[in-house]
Amino acid sequence: MRIRSAALIAALSASALLLSACGSDGGDAAAVPKVDAASFPAGSTMARLAKAGKVTIGSKFDQPLFGQVGPDGVPVGFDVEIAKIIAGKLGIAPDKITWTETVSANRETFIQSGEVDFIVATYTINDKRKEAVSFAGPYYLAGQSLATLTTNKDIQGPEDLAGKKVCTVSGSTPEANLLANFPGTDIKAFGAYSDCLEPLRNGQVDAMSTDNVILAGFAADNKDLEVRGDPFTEEPYGIGLAKDDTEFRTWINDTLAASFTDGSWTAAWAASAGTVLPTPEPPTIDRY
Amino acid sequence: MNVIVENFPAYLTGFATTLELTAISGTVALVWGLVLAALRVSPIAPLRVFATAYVEVLRNTPLTIVFFFLVFVAPQFGLLAPLGFWTAVVAVSAYTSAFVSEAVRSGINSVGLGQAEAARAIGLSFAQTLSLVILPQAVRTVIPPLISVFIAMAKNTSVAAGFATVELVATGRRLAVTHPSDNIWILVGVGLCYLAITIPAGILASVVERKVAFAR
Repeated sequence: MRIRSAALIAALSASALLLSACGSDGGDAAAVPKVDAASFPAGSTMARLAKAGKVTIGSKFDQPLFGQVGPDGVPVGFDVEIAKIIAGKLGIAPDKITWTETVSANRETFIQSGEVDFIVATYTINDKRKEAVSFAGPYYLAGQSLATLTTNKDIQGPEDLAGKKVCTVSGSTPEANLLANFPGTDIKAFGAYSDCLEPLRNGQVDAMSTDNVILAGFAADNKDLEVRGDPFTEEPYGIGLAKDDTEFRTWINDTLAASFTDGSWTAAWAASAGTVLPTPEPPTIDRY
Repeated sequence: MNVIVENFPAYLTGFATTLELTAISGTVALVWGLVLAALRVSPIAPLRVFATAYVEVLRNTPLTIVFFFLVFVAPQFGLLAPLGFWTAVVAVSAYTSAFVSEAVRSGINSVGLGQAEAARAIGLSFAQTLSLVILPQAVRTVIPPLISVFIAMAKNTSVAAGFATVELVATGRRLAVTHPSDNIWILVGVGLCYLAITIPAGILASVVERKVAFAR
């Protein structure tokens, strides 16, 4: 009996160690200039967040170059850098940001329920979504494209997709685009884009499709993968926030516009997606 | 609310896939589960060991991991399953059969040992003892737990949504992305479709239970 309880204690402490290892976050405490909450209009979202000194931001955890989480639990990528710029203008240091994973299918719900303060998650601005949430930005213009193995000769562009098995994410915009524009394709939808890689290598699917920048990220990490053809949609990435919080939206738009001109947008790109992709021109903000 | 009515055809396709997945996996799991239960009480030790190991491994592995193994790990060993529906059937039935086996085994254990001894004494073989004497009594007592297993299975088929099967949940996700402002109602619709499978199953269970009940 004594041996058994000793083993139990050992097992418990081992799992406790493991759990604490999972919980540690290596947030970089970069210096952020102090911002006085009183400088924002009273009662605004900016004033509330600046006063609280912390913010909850939704991002994707599985998109290389934009928002990908490492073993330490902290996401990295261009979305994350943009979110840090906005938080910084509220006087919130990166280590005071709580990152919440938002997937394509739950972004509107998370904003509506207040689970996140705003979302930077390769979030395409479109009219249907504007009925549920508001968008600041765009801060980047992407377009859906497709990738396949370098050895694949059949698929050179979207026009070759008919009858082919194409991997994407269940409940994502790329899946909806494929269903609407290429009805002849056999869509195999998984839970995450990274799930597409093995079936692609095994020949269980012929190609994977999502936004060109995400594919470029996968192609950079996986030398046997290649992006093919020109983008066939326009995906302006915006920052999702509570519907009709016009004050907050205008302020984020101003913050983004300032980052386009003062070099912080370019620096954010260089620190993330810029490591494998050329630096694009900042997009024009859509103040609808 | 309207969004459910407007997208009724889409729901129907997803519902049909879920129903088909449930029916086929359920049948396979029932047959394979009965075989496993028989192996677990068989007089041949290696068969008992195999069945016990199978049940313990599958019963203690989350269904998502079973799927993950089939879709991403098995191909590494040259086992290429056709992606989608049939992979889901294999994963769900392999997983559920472990639970069926345990439910049936508990039923077998509930039949008095004297019954088996009497059957052997009059010269019945092991297979005859099991199929003619033990199982007919055992199955009656395990109808309620078995129905619970199958109701759980009907809901478990939703795991297939993340593995290239467009059943109810995946259909719901597709609808959600095209109707971002009605996410909640779309989920309600998905929930209602599951109820349309599980509630009749529960009613059927109580009817069957009454029909086969006997006093011991």
